[in-house]
Parts: sequence; structure tokens; C-alpha cells
Amino acid sequence: MKFTLLIQSAPIDSQSSATALRFARALLSKGHEIERLFFYRSGVQSANRLALAPQDETNLPADWQQLISEFELDAVVCIAAAIRRGVVNATETARYGVEGDNLLENAELSGLGQLVAACAASDRVVTFGGGA
Amino acid sequence: MSESTLHILNRGPNQPELLQHLLDALSEGDEIILIEDGIYWASEHFAGRFQLAQPLILGADAQARGLTNLCGETVDDAGFVDLCVKHRRSVSWC
Amino acid sequence: MNSFLIISRCAPYGSAAAREALELALACALFDREVAILLLDDAVYQLLPDHNPSAIGQKNLAAMQQSLPLYDVDKIFICQSSLETRGLVTEALALPVTPVDSQGLKALMRGYEAVINV
Repeated sequence: MKFTLLIQSAPIDSQSSATALRFARALLSKGHEIERLFFYRSGVQSANRLALAPQDETNLPADWQQLISEFELDAVVCIAAAIRRGVVNATETARYGVEGDNLLENAELSGLGQLVAACAASDRVVTFGGGA
Repeated sequence: MSESTLHILNRGPNQPELLQHLLDALSEGDEIILIEDGIYWASEHFAGRFQLAQPLILGADAQARGLTNLCGETVDDAGFVDLCVKHRRSVSWC
Repeated sequence: MNSFLIISRCAPYGSAAAREALELALACALFDREVAILLLDDAVYQLLPDHNPSAIGQKNLAAMQQSLPLYDVDKIFICQSSLETRGLVTEALALPVTPVDSQGLKALMRGYEAVINV
């Protein structure tokens, strides 16, 4: 089956992003496909390359990067949610006249239409995090 | 393909209204999986709440939290995936 | 999955949750998908009229709400018990809504392919 996974909570402040990553690995191991990973709301922080972790701790953005690269996954980060939360690529920082960028490589900033389109192409949509 | 729903609950007794909404939304044939902090609802103390469907429990989360004497069967991550495949849709009560 | 039930549980302005739920609902409509909104718990407060968030530096959510009918998003469901526990009635709300009880909630769940609690 084709899955779209929607991740809506930030690492550290919620377990949901980590749960989503484990779920993603499990579904790929079972031979299912990931149509798209979509990061929305605070979930965009999962795509912040500048989140750093001590040696003995999990670095969730790095783990997401690893999964996306390993399986050549389509990872979209909601641009409206991301720029407001400081998860940005070079294009956006140039547009706003600031320095720096921190978006994971192989992730793309785009709109909610990508989530809608992914759901249309998927058999299953699973949401992790969000709410209050 | 069944028209049923998998209800995913990731919050615990701090948010009792979430469980109530889930229970109100539950139809025959639906299943519940407790994950993350939601696994606390699988304590014996809350056993009476689940009439229509005995919840399944994501084992890694119960183990992490040291919760034993669970009321319900545990599943692993692969089992969680299987549940999402089995049901037409999932709802994450968050 | 081409039909969407967007669930919101949060009051406006205290977090971005309400606005981001509405944005997703509007995105579904913009891309010609069937979409309905379900308001639970404090989300019922989103529909109080007379928002004025200028002093707190936020955009008025009402403007986004008013665009819902323009995109043919006219299925707005609201949890009856959430209204009652907050002392609200549908007549006092800014948009036409359909209250749902437990039976209604079960039916709603089964009526949509994708149910997203934002």
C-alpha cells in the first residue's frame, strides 16, 4: 500500500516525530511504499538540520535525513509553517534578506497542496502529533 | 476492504476528553491502538472504559514507561503498520 | 484519499492550531477535494463573532473563516457537548454549523476517507 505520513509535532517537545520515523521504517520493511512525508505545524522542526544532539542522544532530524536519503523518499515541509518557525532554505532566506539556512537536504519547502495531492495518490494517511 | 477506522490515542489521563471523543466516535469493527502517553489508559484501573473494543498497545511505549499488567494485547511497530493497512482510515486523537 | 474531515480542538490565537486547521481545510477546497470541518472542545470558540486580535499582534481568523463559503466549504460540524459545557449555542456563532452528538460523530468518521486532527 501507499502511505502518506503527516508529522505535526516537533522532536523533543513531543514523541510523535520519533514514532512516525519508526512507523516509516516498519512500513518500508513490510514492503509498503511512502508516497510522501509531509511535515506541518511544529512538525517542520523535524527538518531542522541545525538541531544538534549530544553523543548519547538521538538526533531526530539527522535520522529523518538518513531515512529520506536511504529510501529516496519524497519529503515536503510546509513552507508557511516552516518559515514562521525558522526552518528555511537558501531561497527563502535570500527572499527575506537574512543569512543562513537549515532545511534538511533532500527535503523541499512547499505548500499544503502537496499534502492534498499525496493523500489523493495514497491508500492510507497516518497523522502523528498535532492537536493542542 | 472494510469501512472501519483505527483510532490512535497518544495522550494519557491528563486529557480524558480525548478518550471520550474517541469512545463516542467508535463504531463496531473499529479498533483502538494506544501509543506514546496513551498507553496509560491500558492500566487495569481504566479497564472498564473500553466496552466496544479492547485497545491494542504499542509495546515499545509500554515498555519504555515501565507499565506492566496491561489490559490488552501489545503489538510491535510492524503490527501498528498492519493495523493501519487493515482499516480504511486512521484517526489520531491528539 | 479524496475526501477530508479536518478536526480542530483548539481555541483561536492561543496557538497557531486553529489557523493551521483552517488553512488545511482551505487547501483541500482549493484543490477541489470534498472537505468538512469538525470543531471539538475549545475549537468551538473559533466561531465566536467579533474577534479583534490587533492588540495581540495577530491576523484576524474571522477573515479566513469568511472565505470558507467562497470555496464551498459549508460543512462545518460542531460537537454538541463541547458547546454545552461551554455555555454556547449555535445561534450565537459566526457561521452556520451542524451540531453532532455521539451518533453523528460515528457517522462523520465513516463519511470521509481521510480524517486529520490538525
